[in-house]
Amino acid sequence: MAKILVVTSGKGGVGKTTTSAAISTGLALRGHKVAVIDFDVGLRNLDLIMGVERRVVYDFVNVVQGEANLNQALIRDKRVESLYILPASQTRDKDALSEEGVKRVLDELKADGFDYIVCDSPAGIEKGAQLAMYFADEAIVVSNPEVSSVRDSDRMLGILASKSHRAQNNETPIREHLLITRYSPGRADAGEMLNIDDMLEILSIPLLGVIPESPAVLQASNAGTPVILDKESDAGQAYDDAVARLLGEERPLRFITAEKKGLLARLFGK
Amino acid sequence: MGFIDFFRSSKKGSASLAKERLQIIIAHERTQTRGEPSGPDYLPMLEKDLLEVIRRYVPVGEEAVKVRVEREEGMEVLELNITLPEPPTSGR
Repeated sequence: MAKILVVTSGKGGVGKTTTSAAISTGLALRGHKVAVIDFDVGLRNLDLIMGVERRVVYDFVNVVQGEANLNQALIRDKRVESLYILPASQTRDKDALSEEGVKRVLDELKADGFDYIVCDSPAGIEKGAQLAMYFADEAIVVSNPEVSSVRDSDRMLGILASKSHRAQNNETPIREHLLITRYSPGRADAGEMLNIDDMLEILSIPLLGVIPESPAVLQASNAGTPVILDKESDAGQAYDDAVARLLGEERPLRFITAEKKGLLARLFGK
Repeated sequence: MGFIDFFRSSKKGSASLAKERLQIIIAHERTQTRGEPSGPDYLPMLEKDLLEVIRRYVPVGEEAVKVRVEREEGMEVLELNITLPEPPTSGR
């Protein structure tokens, strides 16, 4: 049975698309058949992060509106087998998506034998974000250690708990996961940044992973390669751990303690 | 960071302030937005159970029991409204 995952946050710029790209790629690397859908109609970016921007012909809205079929719109990833990308439309507005239309596409993906459908939510709590989370079985709430992001995450948790299909039909609630991104262990240790425990205490949902602030993330997006494929990088490895935990493996947290700098590095580095 | 600051072991960071502010605002917002339409999520169950108990004694309709929570300065008031049917005309 296919699982629908939404990657959401409320706030923009915290790493939803980076996370959607990494998690979907990670799931496909483990042999699952995965579709990742960009719900950000009008501001699509998943195609760029995944490096398939020049291969977009039809998009999600075309499929929802019956102007193209799913197989025409799905872009098959060239690096990882069993990974497919469904880009958002760049020209339509958000009203182009409807609940029935989204449901039809999700049902069709399920019928096609996909194991995971990853929904990359737009920022905000408007229609696009609501539709991205509506049919979800599990939610990855992406949050930065920063007040506005944490507040928005909490708001989004409230919406998941009240406005999703599961909530409205009294089914088992959406399984929630917290993914902390852009974490700087040194600054958290120095008390300059909310630390992991602070965030868990405030949001009180299980922790899926901590992605450290890392130059590898920008490098990956520059190149159009999901950062999880950069297996040497801290962020790539942290995402790999998160995928493993998502699949039920136990993995200790890594990259959450500050690397010790020598005295000279501390004086002159920084 | 100045040279002197470096040797002064770091002054208390602003993270604790962030945490404190977040805890206050989030607690406030949760009471406003979570558990729609207003009140804790056990309310519908409570309403159902109360209806069952009342029906053991009085025949009332589905809509006879209304439960509502109101929050005022530092306390919560559970308001319970039961509409009883018109008294029977025939007597016993």
